[in-house]
Amino acid sequence: MSTVSSPLGSDTPWTEVHKLLLPAYWETLVMVIIVMTMVVLIGGAIGVLLFNTSNRGLFAHKRFNQILSWFVNMGRSLPFLVLMAAIIPFTKYITGTTIGIKAAVVPMVIAGVPFFARLVENALRDLPREVNAVGLVSCGSIWQIIVHVQLSEALSSIIAGITLNTISMIEYSAIAGTIGAGGIGYLAVVYGYQRFDHNIMISTIIILIVTIQMVQWIGDRLVRLTAR
Amino acid sequence: MIEIKNLCKSYPLPDGSIAPVLRDINLTVADQSITAIVGPSGAGKSTLSKCISLLEAPTSGSILVNGKDISRLSGAALRHERRAIGTIFQSSALLHRKTAAQNIALPLEFLRVVHSDIDRRVRELLEAVGLTDKAHFYPAQLSGGQQQRIGIARALALHPKVLLSDEATSGLDPQVTESILGLLKHLRDEFHLSIILITHEMDVVRAIADDVAAISGGVLVEQGRIQDLVANPDSALGRQLVPLKTVEPTQPHHTTAEITYGADGVVPEDWLSTLAEQLNARLKLLGANIERVRGKLHGRALLALDFKGVHPDAGTLHTVFHSLGLKASLGTAPLVPAHDVLLTKEKVYA
Repeated sequence: MSTVSSPLGSDTPWTEVHKLLLPAYWETLVMVIIVMTMVVLIGGAIGVLLFNTSNRGLFAHKRFNQILSWFVNMGRSLPFLVLMAAIIPFTKYITGTTIGIKAAVVPMVIAGVPFFARLVENALRDLPREVNAVGLVSCGSIWQIIVHVQLSEALSSIIAGITLNTISMIEYSAIAGTIGAGGIGYLAVVYGYQRFDHNIMISTIIILIVTIQMVQWIGDRLVRLTAR
Repeated sequence: MIEIKNLCKSYPLPDGSIAPVLRDINLTVADQSITAIVGPSGAGKSTLSKCISLLEAPTSGSILVNGKDISRLSGAALRHERRAIGTIFQSSALLHRKTAAQNIALPLEFLRVVHSDIDRRVRELLEAVGLTDKAHFYPAQLSGGQQQRIGIARALALHPKVLLSDEATSGLDPQVTESILGLLKHLRDEFHLSIILITHEMDVVRAIADDVAAISGGVLVEQGRIQDLVANPDSALGRQLVPLKTVEPTQPHHTTAEITYGADGVVPEDWLSTLAEQLNARLKLLGANIERVRGKLHGRALLALDFKGVHPDAGTLHTVFHSLGLKASLGTAPLVPAHDVLLTKEKVYA
């Protein structure tokens, strides 16, 4: 992150704000994109497993479902700040560092995956009960039914879930900023909070509000486009 | 042809015991014929349906399509053999994010048929169900009847030998039901299908079934050709198909006769007045019903006989009934308690 030298306690001039803001915004974006890619892939797979091992699924398995469900609940029990601190050794083991984007991605993925898994599971549960039977009597394999029937039919609710999850990941990225993850959150804490830099504070707030509004707007558009 | 032999299905209960749902079901449906399976809810109809559509494996017994047992396969073998059975569900079973054509193409896509063949087959099927112009419509843009036609086309995509219809006309209005039934009849003849119709609607059964089977408490309690059942005064299923609601005779000591007549015997249309003349009796009509079963009229009536002269003996009475082609059972009180089991059309009450 590029820094602009400014005396402690004084506001960064408006003409200089973008030099701090844009790189930080870019970092946040990269963080959220990496995290969401992993969350959608891993959380989606777990969500599909949760649904299909339940009694309505294609390969019902009560015991497996209970264990998986227990792990998912565990992942959702801890507040993000606590989770982030608690898994620092694990983060270090995986990434070799405890600060920066790489280090922030690990707790964000661990927090996002169980959340998204539940969203996908709920989206699949909302499908009409006959949907699996239709896939089966149409001679589909388990994989074909999951992809072409379950996920395909649930697409708009899954997109709504991705929207919701992305927004909470943006929020988490700001929390991760407090332990030096970089991004908008870091900027807001270090400049806005610790140095009383009002201009930075105001601009981070505005850019976050605009971002969230845009994500929601795009999500809603996609939901509407995919709904039939 | 599909043969169900000694089919049993039971489910384990949480307490470790076993609940039998179907017991020793035997049923054969010939090519180009329609068998209706009727029964109250909870009788095991939907479990039977799941066994036939191979969604559930039977506990014991077998399901043979053209002589081959397909009831206990799994994996790729199951996917291969279940092509022999097409299934239509209640009207909501189309995939909502796929167009009519894509819904019909689903089984073909799953089998990785080449695209040009898929397109050709989908066109054929759309034509067979009369919806060529609706190929690119989504299910939400189609009426209930049109959705069900697409469901039928999808069920036929892989050239099945057997078509299973699980309450496919429930929730459709009478005209639409009639047109769907007409389509099923046409498909039965065109593709030589064995059609199994699981239904609770007696109108549907009367309109198109060749054979009827009644299931109750997990057991097939009665089955036979529909015209035999309705002509048989002792058949409970016949009574559901041509139900009779009666009123109490004002003088309960009267001799009563419950008359069953149908298409097989030649019954003069004026049998009632002929009967009155021949018996020299005044006839009181306590209940009567005429139903059209597979296009032919079947009737049931309860008469109170008030003889003007000597009371003839039972033998004489039977000779008279027989000469008119009527089947009768005699009594002194209403033989049938009022049947209000099912909705019937064309009812004539005294």
